[in-house]
Amino acid sequence: MNGRSRLTVPLVIVGLYVLLAAFAPLLAPDDPNTVALARRLLPPQAHHLMGTDALGRDVLSRVMYGTRVSLLVAAAAVVVAGVAGVALGMVAGWRGGWLGALVMRIVDVVLSVPFFLLAVLVVAVLGPSLVNVVVCLAIVRWPRYARVAYSTTLQTRGRGFVRAATATGASGGWILVRHVLPEVLPVAIVVGTLEFGLMVVYEASLSFLGLGVQPPTASWGSILSDGQQYIATAWWLATFPGLALFVLVLAVNLLGDAARDRLDPAKRATVTRRRVFRRPRTAEAAA
Amino acid sequence: MTAVLPRRRLAALPATPRYIAGRIGQALLALFGVVTIVFFALRLSGDPARLLVPEGATAADIARVRDRLGLNDSLWHQYTTFLGDAVHGNLGYSYVQNRPATDLLAERLPYTANLAVAALVLSLLFGVTVGTVTALKRGRWQERVLMPIVLAGQAMPAFWTGLLLVLVFSVGLRWLPSTGYDGPLSLLLPSVTLAALSAAAIARVTRGAMLEQLAQDYVRTARAKGAGTWRLVTRHLARNTAIPVLTVAALELANLLGGAVVTEVIFAWPGLGQLTVQSVAARDFPVVQAIVLLASAVYVVVNLATDLLYGVIDRRVAAGGGTA
Repeated sequence: MNGRSRLTVPLVIVGLYVLLAAFAPLLAPDDPNTVALARRLLPPQAHHLMGTDALGRDVLSRVMYGTRVSLLVAAAAVVVAGVAGVALGMVAGWRGGWLGALVMRIVDVVLSVPFFLLAVLVVAVLGPSLVNVVVCLAIVRWPRYARVAYSTTLQTRGRGFVRAATATGASGGWILVRHVLPEVLPVAIVVGTLEFGLMVVYEASLSFLGLGVQPPTASWGSILSDGQQYIATAWWLATFPGLALFVLVLAVNLLGDAARDRLDPAKRATVTRRRVFRRPRTAEAAA
Repeated sequence: MTAVLPRRRLAALPATPRYIAGRIGQALLALFGVVTIVFFALRLSGDPARLLVPEGATAADIARVRDRLGLNDSLWHQYTTFLGDAVHGNLGYSYVQNRPATDLLAERLPYTANLAVAALVLSLLFGVTVGTVTALKRGRWQERVLMPIVLAGQAMPAFWTGLLLVLVFSVGLRWLPSTGYDGPLSLLLPSVTLAALSAAAIARVTRGAMLEQLAQDYVRTARAKGAGTWRLVTRHLARNTAIPVLTVAALELANLLGGAVVTEVIFAWPGLGQLTVQSVAARDFPVVQAIVLLASAVYVVVNLATDLLYGVIDRRVAAGGGTA
């Protein structure tokens, strides 16, 4: 893929998922929770494009509503973990000393637990629910952001514009928000994009194990868990939700890769070279 | 050449003890932190005694359970007791089975170890091969075929890979057993499932490291001296790309241990992952704690070992540890 379609194709796909989630009630052919035992475990057909589950619920509708849970949980987890991690990482990098050391040691510790197991432990303790899944994912993943925020803050602290701001008497908080945050944010956003796909997978994994969103709310993970139970008779339960998840995660990962390449100085060099090469044309377009 | 090697390693040795000691200290600190997190995670849930008694238990019953579990002691006392017990290898008793949690773990561990090792070997084989081929054949058909597979592999969650494999090979073709432990053949599907995600990650890192090394001058020199591709890869590139590949493989162990939970549930594999899910469902916290501790310990130790291996693979690391 060339430079532009590398970004637009996944962006369009993610956009479609967002629309699907937002307008699920309008787009879904059926209510996702209507139980109709007379039509249980029907294979895909004209009325039920993805078949029906063991309770006769329309799988297509459930997959559509499942998009809501996936996007909501993943977005909330990324935002909560991102805000907490960036704030702690920046303060640790700015203040340094025992506070910085303490925060970064906690980061090391959390990162040295296999994170899915930690997530399982946290959800087990808090009890499974939509909010707790978000809390748990945030607890497990904030160190990712803290690490990049910390190192970026350390790099920025000694730079001219920060020292100039300090010299003019700006307070630490003001400098952090006004001068350091703009340096940290792009890096944190790239991490967040790469994390988003992972969060989608984690939510589905927890729901698959029965530790995520509770029935009857539709989640891709819980439909797949039914799919495992009926794998010998109802192949559609084990395939379609997974496909929905796979395409979303693939698109988000590609987006994250593209964003990272843009930020990476080594690769940025080639981008600027291309831009210089193209300048006459863009200048024309601007004129 | 072989005579020169030990002498050079000796020259770097005075620097290594400090580096090793520092890394061991970090690892111990991490383990201590994990024990602390695990201890307080359980206390966060409120009163464990309340979770243990059957429905409709009286206040006196709860009080008795609290007393038996030592929950009436101060939090600090409970914490130090827990730490002391953990150091002595006592990770508490299973609430449900009333046996030491470590016994339960010991029963299940061989199955998970089997699965994780098989998956690690598979993912290294696939990852290193694919990463090397796509780097050497950049822009050729090999890269165009393999890279999409790698990207797809990274977006496939273990439970979906597993379900698809069962659908195709067990339900459809009836070639392989889908569940349970029944001879080496039953290891195949679970280990492939578990390996898929890590294989993709290892392939990407190998490819990146290879591409970086291929641009170096020594590669051109070796080529000019008539080294073939095989010799170039095995004699020159392998050692120089080993560190990033080993690093990511050690980090992927976390994914393997976590992914084992889901994989074992799909394939009814009688290992630690299934025990985790059963214990969570039964609110058998000491067992969950013990599993998390064990997995973290394995992970920390393997990563420590990898770090210490760097010095053997690349002596510049050992030397650098002394000057810093």
